Amino acid sequence: MGEAFALALGLVLSGDPDLAEIVLLSLRVSLTATILACLIGLPIGALVAIGRFRGRGTVLIVMNALMGLPPVVVGLLVYLHLSRSGPLGFLGLLYTPTAMIIAQTILIAPIVAALSRQVLEDLHSEYAEQFRSLCLTRWQTVQALLWDARYSLLTVGLAGFGRAVAEVGAVIIVGGNIDHLTRVMTTAIALETSKGDLALALALGIILLVIALGVNAAVQSVRMTAARQAYV
Amino acid sequence: MSDAMAMSTANAAAGAQRSPILPLSVRDLVLRFGDAAVLDGVSFDLGTSGCTMIMGPNGSGKSLLLKLLHGLMQPTEGQILWGRHAAADVTARQALVFQKPVLLRRSVAANIDFVLQARGKDRARRDALLDHVGLAHKADQPARLLSGGEAQRLALARALATDPEVMFLDEPTASLDPASVLAIERIVSEARDRGVRILFVTHDMGQSRRMADDVVFLHRGRVAEHSPAAEFFPEPRCAAAREHLNGGIVV
Repeated sequence: MGEAFALALGLVLSGDPDLAEIVLLSLRVSLTATILACLIGLPIGALVAIGRFRGRGTVLIVMNALMGLPPVVVGLLVYLHLSRSGPLGFLGLLYTPTAMIIAQTILIAPIVAALSRQVLEDLHSEYAEQFRSLCLTRWQTVQALLWDARYSLLTVGLAGFGRAVAEVGAVIIVGGNIDHLTRVMTTAIALETSKGDLALALALGIILLVIALGVNAAVQSVRMTAARQAYV
Repeated sequence: MSDAMAMSTANAAAGAQRSPILPLSVRDLVLRFGDAAVLDGVSFDLGTSGCTMIMGPNGSGKSLLLKLLHGLMQPTEGQILWGRHAAADVTARQALVFQKPVLLRRSVAANIDFVLQARGKDRARRDALLDHVGLAHKADQPARLLSGGEAQRLALARALATDPEVMFLDEPTASLDPASVLAIERIVSEARDRGVRILFVTHDMGQSRRMADDVVFLHRGRVAEHSPAAEFFPEPRCAAAREHLNGGIVV
């Protein structure tokens, strides 16, 4: 255990190129998925937050339930669509980083939508009457809410990113964990652990933790700066 | 006259060419929540200019009346006619300043920019508007760190940015210090002098005396008295208003 830990630290500090490749692909896939999930999830969250329509309660239940989508199920569904015989098989996306991005986007878009809905609904309850007095359109209202909740929504995005970068089930099914092509941190940790190469697995684990801590610290400091200006 | 104000007058002139929204006629207005009638047959008429103070004890329906007149709520019964228009059709030609200003989580200047842009107004007016309410030196500061008086002045500047023909004020100076109260009264008086019709809810007797052209006194969901200021303050006709003016407790 101690030996493996020393080896792991050595790998991290030496800037091992294989390790760097895996880390960078992980970040590229999960960050892209987070951005796409925000582009999809935030407007949906905002529209449900300010909308009053029949069946809204059902929509809320479904949105909240989708937050708990099992990654392997998402992976399987995306696999079925992208495999050669599937409806999108002609795109040839299976076992590419793009397939992994698609799977992670589907996995975390509901998280972004459901959490942002709550944040924006709270803000809207404060602004609603003033906005009606100003005769704002629905689109102007959504824009204003998204902008004014920007620092709270950073935390929502962070929750999505955290889920994406840490999940293994979906990316291993649609990515295949192919060396130098679709191997990311979590799939590599799973593989190296099963092979008994604990040093590489641990090194990746350490990096994953450091990234999680670093991203959280950065978001927290942005939020604290915003809070000092009463922008939160 | 500042640029912003000149623009505001020009827009008011343009507004006059549209169908006018004054005088106001309110007939038999009833607002019920369940079985309880908060407003119970309110009727009054307002002329085309001046400052009307709306007074009465808590729970007499003053704030709800403003929201009904502004088209933010629907009455249970009765009729509101702004010129020939229903209340909900003229909301955009009016502005409401709330007791507790709702300011965006942005800078002071951005709060004005937002309204100017949303309502398709000239964004170059922002500095003149801030100057008019004495907040030019705070333009870049976060709006939500302003003092109570400054925040309310910003809310007034934002209301004026929409070039309203009618401005509703719902106890805008409650819990403010005397200097802030006077600053806000000055801004409101200037708006009135430029032709903006003012409907002002207050509990402050001194403020009523300073600002009123006429007074609508609400009591138990009805108009207990509607008189010109010159008649109301020396000799109110209804007992509740007389009690109120004498510092008695009216319930």
